[in-house]
Amino acid sequence: MKLLFEKEVKGSNRFRFPEPEVSADAAPEMIPAEHLRTADLGIPELSEVEAVRHFTALSKRAFGVDDGPYPLGSCTMKYTPKICEAAALLPGFADIHPYQSPWTVQGALKLLYELQRDLAQLTGMDAFTLQPAAGAHGELCGMMIVRAYHKSTGADAQRNVVLVPDSAHGTNPATAAAVGYQVREVKSGPDGLVDLEDLKSKLGGDVAGLMLTNPNTVGLFEKNIEEISRLVHEAGGLLYYDGANLNAIVGVARPGDMGFDVCHVNLHKTFATPHGGGGPGAGGVGVKDFLAPFLPKPVIEWNEEEDVYTLNRDLPESIGKIKTFYGNFGVCVKAYAYIRLNGFAGLRAVAQHAVLNANYLKKRLSARYEIPFDVICKHEFVATNARQAKNGVRTLDIAKRLIDFGYHPPTIYFPLIVNEAMMFEPTETESKERLDEIAAAMNTIADEAETDPGKVKGAPYTTVIGRVDETRAARHPVLKYVSE
Amino acid sequence: MNIPQELFYSKEHEWVRFEGNKAYIGISDYAQHHLGDIVFVELPEIGAEFAPMTEAAVVESVKAVSPVFCPVAGKVVEVNEALLDTPEKVNEAPYESFLFAVETDGAGKENLLSAEAYAPLCPEEEETL
Repeated sequence: MKLLFEKEVKGSNRFRFPEPEVSADAAPEMIPAEHLRTADLGIPELSEVEAVRHFTALSKRAFGVDDGPYPLGSCTMKYTPKICEAAALLPGFADIHPYQSPWTVQGALKLLYELQRDLAQLTGMDAFTLQPAAGAHGELCGMMIVRAYHKSTGADAQRNVVLVPDSAHGTNPATAAAVGYQVREVKSGPDGLVDLEDLKSKLGGDVAGLMLTNPNTVGLFEKNIEEISRLVHEAGGLLYYDGANLNAIVGVARPGDMGFDVCHVNLHKTFATPHGGGGPGAGGVGVKDFLAPFLPKPVIEWNEEEDVYTLNRDLPESIGKIKTFYGNFGVCVKAYAYIRLNGFAGLRAVAQHAVLNANYLKKRLSARYEIPFDVICKHEFVATNARQAKNGVRTLDIAKRLIDFGYHPPTIYFPLIVNEAMMFEPTETESKERLDEIAAAMNTIADEAETDPGKVKGAPYTTVIGRVDETRAARHPVLKYVSE
Repeated sequence: MNIPQELFYSKEHEWVRFEGNKAYIGISDYAQHHLGDIVFVELPEIGAEFAPMTEAAVVESVKAVSPVFCPVAGKVVEVNEALLDTPEKVNEAPYESFLFAVETDGAGKENLLSAEAYAPLCPEEEETL
């Protein structure tokens, strides 16, 4: 497919900008010479219809939840009810500007305030911020709060290590390092859970905290969480909850009750605002009372007597600002609509169906695929290619072949503690019929791996671009368009 | 699986070749095989000092990013810069492709494995992967 630049036809763009109110001739007097553009902008010239066709063609090559099942593990690619989109497009939400006076956007502030309150209730936390723009950004915010706390007690200089399990999302160690901590890995036991003995051996006076996902990345609930919490707190550390897998327990169990001090919530996962492709997310962070003074500012406050919402910037212990203005507001509107749409009882059903769907699909796949931790799982599970490997079929091949059946592949080669992992998260929005279809497709691939492994290894066949040379792309990347 | 007799090995699949007070360090055949196609290596700075089994380098494959530990205490005196442009050498000839060399007093050597002791850590049945 040609790029816009290659489709250019000089003179085909008949759009004309209105005359500027300030004469362009005056620019050199008003703007220093080094900031003035001298070369052409290089925007390609196309007619409107050709530009529309270009982007329509691109959109047809994309695959999203609106096209079909997307069981990408640890990503919670659930379907988003369109009414949430409609809510975010209401003019009172869509047409406001962050520079407006708080007095003129009371409805928007009320929505953010109530969303914070709902999330605090759902996670068992006391205070919330909605500023972080994504899950990893929420982690950064949360761990900055952990560090600010240790600074406030004078323990920061000695507590310079953050513990992270070997099954963790890669963002956890990256976050700890970004905040200035050394990362110490905690091993998983043969049951896929945090090894308590290993945890004990890694705890000490130098530990600032433990970052933990529950359920973890193999889809198992850390059943020893209360013991883990006791051990970490006795050693003087804080407990950070990575909310990436909250969809498994929302409305059923609360991180705050498990002993976590800080958590982030991926609104774009659990609370169904569409994501993927780098689109906007929201990674709100909740804390227990003793950490509330460190939340990023401004904080939205409600004067109950006058029923007025204000922005408080007078927070001397705050970690400061973490995002321009107040976060990705549109994503928050969709999450708020989703919570109101389901109610808390409905959210509990979300978690129950997510868990049921994952267990159903796991059972269906276990007939033909190796399941390393074959116990009742939460919202996702890990399978491997161990039975297909003897024919030279790798996890990558199975994932690529699944594309030909019209499904997005599962997450592959993660978590790292499982060799050749395939991690499925069907989510609650897939029907039993759809799960049966996915299982049937996976069974067909298992058959092919026996009878015609070459077919699986050459997949996909139905896409515009077939099997790409990922190794060459990674070794010799071409990262920008070069004109002929 | 190729496990040369004359080398020492760590439980994390590094190999070590001692030359006087210098130790050359790379990753084993088993390690490169399991990582898959290696696309990038990050080498330590000359002069950097490491305690035994601390993270000294990084290898990135199409599957994962993995740390490479420095199995013995030492100060980096040499790095294999050729690998920055040709990381595939680690796959093609793992034992000829050292990542870095340290000047060492030998601390940590006592925990290294001989070829015989290392072999059981490389189970054969996974070789078809």
